Amino acid sequence: MLQIKDVRKQFGTFTAVDGLNLEIPRGEIFGLLGANGAGKTTTFRMILGLLTPTQGTITWDHKEISYQTSDLVGYLPEERGLYPKLTVKEQLIYLGQLRGMSRSLIQEQTDKWLKRFGAEEYLNKKVESLSKGNQQKIQFIAAVIHRPELLILDEPFSGLDPVNVELLKNAVHELKKEGTTIVFSSHRMEHVEELCQHLCIMHRGKSVVQGNLKEIKRSFGKKNVLVKADFDLTYLKDTNGVLKHRMTADGISLQVEREEVAHSLFQAVQSKGFVRKFELEEPSLNDIFIEKVGVVHE
Amino acid sequence: MSKFITVMMHTYRSKIKSKPFLITTLITIALLFVVTNMNEITKMFGEEEASKVGVIDKTGNTLPALQAQLEQAGDDLKAEAYTKSEGDAEKAVIDGKLDGLLILDKDASGIVTAVYKAEDVTQQSLITDIEMALQHIKNKSAAESIGLNQEQLAAIYLPVSFEKESLSTTAKSEEEAEQVYILVYVVLFFMYMSVMMYGSMIAVEVATEKSSRVMEILISSVSPVTQMFGKIFGIVLIALTQLVLFIGGGFAAVKLNENLSGSESIIQELKLNEIPISLMVYALVFFILGFFLYATLFAMMGSLISRVEEVNNLMTPVVIVIVAAFMIAMYGRENPESGFVAAASYFPLFTPMLMLLRVGMLSLPVWEVALGIGVLIAAIGLFAVIGARVYRGGVLMYGNAPSLKLFKQALLLSKQEKKNTTEL
Repeated sequence: MLQIKDVRKQFGTFTAVDGLNLEIPRGEIFGLLGANGAGKTTTFRMILGLLTPTQGTITWDHKEISYQTSDLVGYLPEERGLYPKLTVKEQLIYLGQLRGMSRSLIQEQTDKWLKRFGAEEYLNKKVESLSKGNQQKIQFIAAVIHRPELLILDEPFSGLDPVNVELLKNAVHELKKEGTTIVFSSHRMEHVEELCQHLCIMHRGKSVVQGNLKEIKRSFGKKNVLVKADFDLTYLKDTNGVLKHRMTADGISLQVEREEVAHSLFQAVQSKGFVRKFELEEPSLNDIFIEKVGVVHE
Repeated sequence: MSKFITVMMHTYRSKIKSKPFLITTLITIALLFVVTNMNEITKMFGEEEASKVGVIDKTGNTLPALQAQLEQAGDDLKAEAYTKSEGDAEKAVIDGKLDGLLILDKDASGIVTAVYKAEDVTQQSLITDIEMALQHIKNKSAAESIGLNQEQLAAIYLPVSFEKESLSTTAKSEEEAEQVYILVYVVLFFMYMSVMMYGSMIAVEVATEKSSRVMEILISSVSPVTQMFGKIFGIVLIALTQLVLFIGGGFAAVKLNENLSGSESIIQELKLNEIPISLMVYALVFFILGFFLYATLFAMMGSLISRVEEVNNLMTPVVIVIVAAFMIAMYGRENPESGFVAAASYFPLFTPMLMLLRVGMLSLPVWEVALGIGVLIAAIGLFAVIGARVYRGGVLMYGNAPSLKLFKQALLLSKQEKKNTTEL
């Protein structure tokens, strides 16, 4: 279990992370969300032991993370970096050895991962000659090659095309199945919704929302109502309890205060004519994010 | 420990395969062969033809004496009587049939005078040979005219016997001092070369990892201290490999020359084989310690910059320090007892060169040498501690050109991270 307790990190007078408390059980995929400068990367660096918290403790299985335990941790930094002049093979061997692996094991794992990512032909190519997407695959392999117990992925999907995103997502799922605990940050809400059971939204160093994804959505209270009908629906926006509305091509999308408002909306439309669609939706993570952080994100 | 070796071997392997390393090594070894075998190489282009000088002897009897004298001196020079007119002779010189024209005459008091004419008068050694031969003839005839015989003449020119002896039993003889100087010179030279080559290698290595951002993965796997020393030792291995190649190459070159020419090798000529073993050991110790000192300095500075292009900015101050050490060593050669040199030899960045100079030139008490080595080791320790801290702080910092402010910032950042720096 990864435990982050009352962690604060101060750079001079600037507080990057303020009173963060997280508990991430083994085998979970945990999402860390936040705008730029929210303190995600600083949190990751503290988990890795690259930075020491000004206050509070971070433990993995009740032990402090240090260079003694670095073989148990894998890290994909936001700023991608590999040796441009080394071949993929040399690169992975060096980085793998630094995580305490033997040469033969590295070779075995390298073959396995390259095959899985369909990148076998790059084994003896210099990294600088690879496309950005392929470099990212190699970077990902470098982060997971030593089968870490705890894997930290900082913006793993940024800059990838949809096919590669899918490839990487599947890999993440599989690692989770094998028991790896994964903490990742992303700008893309749909990735977080798809992958995480638990998440935390950070804003200016503080955690503003955290917990189970479903519970977060439920406790958020507000819901979305989607209506499609053959007649004009604009009048619905003036119903009591409607917070926001957005016209769509053939209907209207409404954000409502609570579920009961949807009942009155339903009554309001059913007598008017034929209703093609009436749907009560859980709020999207994006709605929650915007609400909590107060800024439009991406 | 095993990660230390991984870093070290990675540094070693990636550098030993690099083109600049291979090229520098090959060129240097080739140069060693060329320099030590210069005499054989010039021979390959054929023996130089003896110069031919036409002589118009107006004195009537000087030419045979000149010929005899030139032959005795073993000069590659043929003096031949020229019978035609001076104008013809000058033409022959311009046409290249003669290398020069010598006109001998007598002045009023009967002393031989000479005029030498050539296409240009830059063949200094040829002219000197002729001048010396004539001087000799003049001396001889002048001596004869006042009734001195050969022995008496020789007695006049016999140099005074002047020997220097030091009374202290431990003091160095003149010859020893000369050997020491050569050794110090060699160490200084190697020091300079190494710092230029390997120092920038270390700084470039660190800067490359920073600029390619691979550093963040590295420091999440290995502590910066392990990394820094792994790199330094890797580069030390490179330096040793190169040194072995150079010494091996140099030795082979000297042997080759001995076989080819059959004469004494340069080593014997300079009496380098007579340098006391203890001094050799000192030279090696000071060289290695000095290397580490500068290497730590460069690793520290490399971590402060974020782009490879900035490495050159860092080199300048260090080069100035080394040049200063060189100048003081020059001065110390003439005045080894100087208090200034003694004081400077305890300044760590100068110690490797100056303490070695003093050990060689003076009979220093052991404690002074020990103190010098102690100062050096302490400085390496200090640099390593500061270096490791700056390294730790510096590698996460990206931005401006290196400055004192940056240095402080890195120290400050690492102070907060102090806890982890101790976990090697």
